[in-house]
Amino acid sequence: MSVAHASSRRRDGGGWTLASLLVAAVVLAPVIALFAIAAQGSGDLWPHLLAYVLPQAIHDTALLLLGVGFVTIVVGVGTAWLVTTCHFPGRGFFDWALLLPLAVPTYIVAFAYLDLLHPLGPIQTALRALLAIDDPRGLWLPDVRSLPGCILLLGFVLYPYVYLAARATFLMQSAPALEVARTLGADRLSTFLRVALPLARPSIAIGATLALLEALNDIGASEFLGVRTFTVSIYATWVNRSSLPGAAQIALVMLAAVLALVLLERWGRRQRQFSGGSRRSHPPALAKLSGLASIGALAACGTPVLIGFILPTTHLLYEAWSRIGFIGLSSNVVIEARNSVLFATAATAVALALGLVLAHAARLDRSGLADAAARVGSLGYAIPGTVLAVGLLMPLATFDNALDAAARQILGFGTGLLISGSGAALVLAYVIRFLAISAGGVEAGYAKIPASLDMAARSLGESTRGTMRRVHLPLLKPSLGAAAILVFVDCMKELPATLLLRPFGFETLATHIYAEAARGTYEDGAVAALMIVLVGLGPVVLLARMSQPPLMPATRGSAT
Amino acid sequence: MTVLQIIRRAVSGAAFVALVACPLAATAQEVNLYTTRETGLIQPLLDSFTKSTGIKVNAIFVKDGLIERVKAEGPNSPGDVLMTVDFGGLIDAVAQGVTQPVRSEALAAAIPANLRDPGGHWYALSLRARLVYASKDRVPLTAITYEELADAKWKGKICIRSGQHPYNTSLIAAYIARYGEANAEAWLRGVKANLARKATGGDREVARDILGGICDLGVGNSYYVGLMRSGKGGPDQLKWGAAINPLLPTFKGGGTHVNISGAAIAKHAPNKANALKLLEYLVSNEAQSLYARVNYEYPVRNGAAVEPIIASFGTLKPDSLDLVAIAKNRKLASILVDKVGFDQ
Repeated sequence: MSVAHASSRRRDGGGWTLASLLVAAVVLAPVIALFAIAAQGSGDLWPHLLAYVLPQAIHDTALLLLGVGFVTIVVGVGTAWLVTTCHFPGRGFFDWALLLPLAVPTYIVAFAYLDLLHPLGPIQTALRALLAIDDPRGLWLPDVRSLPGCILLLGFVLYPYVYLAARATFLMQSAPALEVARTLGADRLSTFLRVALPLARPSIAIGATLALLEALNDIGASEFLGVRTFTVSIYATWVNRSSLPGAAQIALVMLAAVLALVLLERWGRRQRQFSGGSRRSHPPALAKLSGLASIGALAACGTPVLIGFILPTTHLLYEAWSRIGFIGLSSNVVIEARNSVLFATAATAVALALGLVLAHAARLDRSGLADAAARVGSLGYAIPGTVLAVGLLMPLATFDNALDAAARQILGFGTGLLISGSGAALVLAYVIRFLAISAGGVEAGYAKIPASLDMAARSLGESTRGTMRRVHLPLLKPSLGAAAILVFVDCMKELPATLLLRPFGFETLATHIYAEAARGTYEDGAVAALMIVLVGLGPVVLLARMSQPPLMPATRGSAT
Repeated sequence: MTVLQIIRRAVSGAAFVALVACPLAATAQEVNLYTTRETGLIQPLLDSFTKSTGIKVNAIFVKDGLIERVKAEGPNSPGDVLMTVDFGGLIDAVAQGVTQPVRSEALAAAIPANLRDPGGHWYALSLRARLVYASKDRVPLTAITYEELADAKWKGKICIRSGQHPYNTSLIAAYIARYGEANAEAWLRGVKANLARKATGGDREVARDILGGICDLGVGNSYYVGLMRSGKGGPDQLKWGAAINPLLPTFKGGGTHVNISGAAIAKHAPNKANALKLLEYLVSNEAQSLYARVNYEYPVRNGAAVEPIIASFGTLKPDSLDLVAIAKNRKLASILVDKVGFDQ
């Protein structure tokens, strides 16, 4: 019995490992294509890139990431700690409102703030009126078109990735551990710094990694605000210096740097076990804040929501309103919204399934093979959208053309561009791009399920598949739901790959905004921009509700 | 089910998907357009083409990667016409071998010889002048040269979009073609030293920043002035357009630098005859006057009227430098932009 059991386990695990290797291969295809493109050589361009482009790109990118990392972690962790452990007016509201900036694409925030903070914009105009200055030149404020401006904007839009992760962890953290710290004489601050924070480190790292990769990949906001990041340089090399090989080379350098960073972080917390400890615990009691502290907490939670969501969205509302009055509402917007939602949904479903495969295989397979596959499967998030799209175009079109030729020979009619000419390429691009989010989310969810549960299920006669269906999946529901929503919202916002891979006559809300922005100013796209925010809003609120304590697997047992 | 049956089912399923996914392969009278120009800008032209010929135009706006896409699609590419917003992109498409030459009396008659490829691969469709916008209130200028933009008297007073934008690399490339690399670098350093803010944003932001008092002088395209001043961009832009005095600058002893939009026929065009019809239509009297009226561009066709707002800047005298010579210096221009840290 035990022998049969062991062999069946190996066979099951082997199937999962094989599946996860296949997923990794799909993600690797565009990376390999990039290598092939890079290998064509950029000729005399490399010395130039080395002398003038890379130093600037490394400098700007490093500062941007440091800055965005600092802002997102301070804001994300700080607000998460406040809403999970303190009682102050508005806590219930901020609990979910702090997630709202997730729904706003970074490029839209950049456009909005340039408007808001321009000498002709409402803020400076009001200030001048207040100070009785007539000349727009009489009042000098720092320009948002700068590295610090870009750091602040990206930081205040991307912090929810950290907030979400930190909040979930703080909610799951066993109160006893914190209470023990308190009874041993630690005050609230040192309990936070020396117990809660170190325990939350893995999830904060995952959240911060997502935020940083978003910042790294951002093209709209960085380019618009004049920051020369790696991604911006990749574009300039490709488009202006007509060197796709040169662009691929920089992209690979960037990919290597990302890998190094991710591995460094993992190495930093090697051999440490963070799981467990959450069972049979109760959420920590909320500390009632004094009047002054309440106001401080209110300000600390209100500022990110104001900067990351309320101000830009209000501006969009105003612009959309005046645009509708000026040029009317385009009937295409409804079709575009449908396209956006449809493709984002399809991609989310696939990304979730594949993320589950990666994480499940990594849990079963102890050889490290599936673990490596999971790492490789997350690579897509580190490649700029257009570069990924170009990398994807080549293998897809090659496959399509080969299939077409074969079909012509065998069946007498061609299949045309089966994948690259249809929406399938787009779904595939989304999946590859955002698999890191779903795989990471599922992985984090798995980390909270102790191995002893698997053992119990297996010893009670469940197969691996049964264990997954009847034990893992119910427990993973919150993580899966959260991952699904993040992937969905990200697909809705995705622009560069959509632009390159979409079929004829196919527009999404994001391409609509881009087209309007390319034609003139972005205000024409305000309606579509607002719709992206609105469509994203529902899932984001849902996300906040889903991660409420009552749905947590750890506390569900104690609640019933 | 045997393996063969499975394969058959899979293949017929795939073929079904292909038929559903590519409805455009079936219908007869149409032409597929890949464009780096935003389609909204040319939609009125395409609509009127469809109206007069009955040929449907399927257009897709691809910003970057148009050539890569067509190349990857290979012989199965549905693309018939490749249209680009800048001349560099057109030359690249030809160099990458995704175009085919066509001969047409109508095209040759309508387009001046220097605005089309002697080999028949590419044809210019419209021109935009690279202007200097001067503050109406603060800069009492009536003429300026591109060389003067590097004059130290404009220190901290000039706004311009990214040096890496095709409109600017093309201007810098023209400077290199005229004066050589070393002089162009010195000029670019001079312009960089005069910037009032980071080289970023779009051409309309230049006008807006002039109204906002951030700068006195800026570089921008002619057709944006038409879009702003016509009121098509809304009441705010009307004010931006009114704040500037658009000057047609020249090179010392030369003419004004122009950006060119153009088109070519794709190498594997499935609807070549219709593609040619579309090109011929785009240089017809009707289409060229639409280019001028709707898009505020300078028509390529001799004798086609310029829109009144644009005509009010004065008569355009395009620089006589060879277009291909300028395009060849585009890469070098982009390198110089990095070297002098223009965008930093």
